[in-house]
Amino acid sequence: MTLPVILEGVISLLLVAGGAFVFIGSLGMAHLRDFYMRLHGPTKATTLGIGCMLVASMLYFWGTEGKPDIQEMLITLFLFITAPVSAHLLAKTALHLRIKHVERTAGRPIELRPEELGEKPVPHPDRAHD
Amino acid sequence: MIEVALWTSLALVVAAMALNVYRLTIGPDMPDRLLALDTMYINSIALIVLLGLWLDTKTYFEAALLIAMLGFISTVAVCKYLLRGDIIE
Repeated sequence: MTLPVILEGVISLLLVAGGAFVFIGSLGMAHLRDFYMRLHGPTKATTLGIGCMLVASMLYFWGTEGKPDIQEMLITLFLFITAPVSAHLLAKTALHLRIKHVERTAGRPIELRPEELGEKPVPHPDRAHD
Repeated sequence: MIEVALWTSLALVVAAMALNVYRLTIGPDMPDRLLALDTMYINSIALIVLLGLWLDTKTYFEAALLIAMLGFISTVAVCKYLLRGDIIE
């Protein structure tokens, strides 16, 4: 079963755009200067790129098999939900470990609460604080 | 047309993987390497999707879903380990 030309064009465009976004995300991660800048590339550009590719795949199988399938949308939805959560945890980890940053990166660890820096640890539930 | 787009996309994703390996090797700190691994599992999902398009089969999407879930869980686990020194308190 052959696809209509317009659908084929849309799928090709989405595939190339997805590849380009994934590449730009990884390029940002490899190239930028400190960790807080590097965090931007993979969390935004790569997520958008993989979303484009999964939508292209869904359109292709919709065109060839004649009925839509939500499996690809499930992966897209899952990735779009989990990417901000893992980015938040990675940023928290970097602040906790006091990763070096360049001068123009905004937001200093001094703006954080002491327990977020690990200076005054949050007490373990089983043990009292002394 | 789709074939050309598929090969272009594959080449870009493989180049992205190579950049991830570069950051994984030189990354000065632990979170850098963790971020590289996090990006790498997302890129491997992209490779699996492209493989499914190339072979014209839907068999591999379950594998992609599994990689998405386990990758997220492992990132969260290593982050918790670095933050608190323990995974499940």
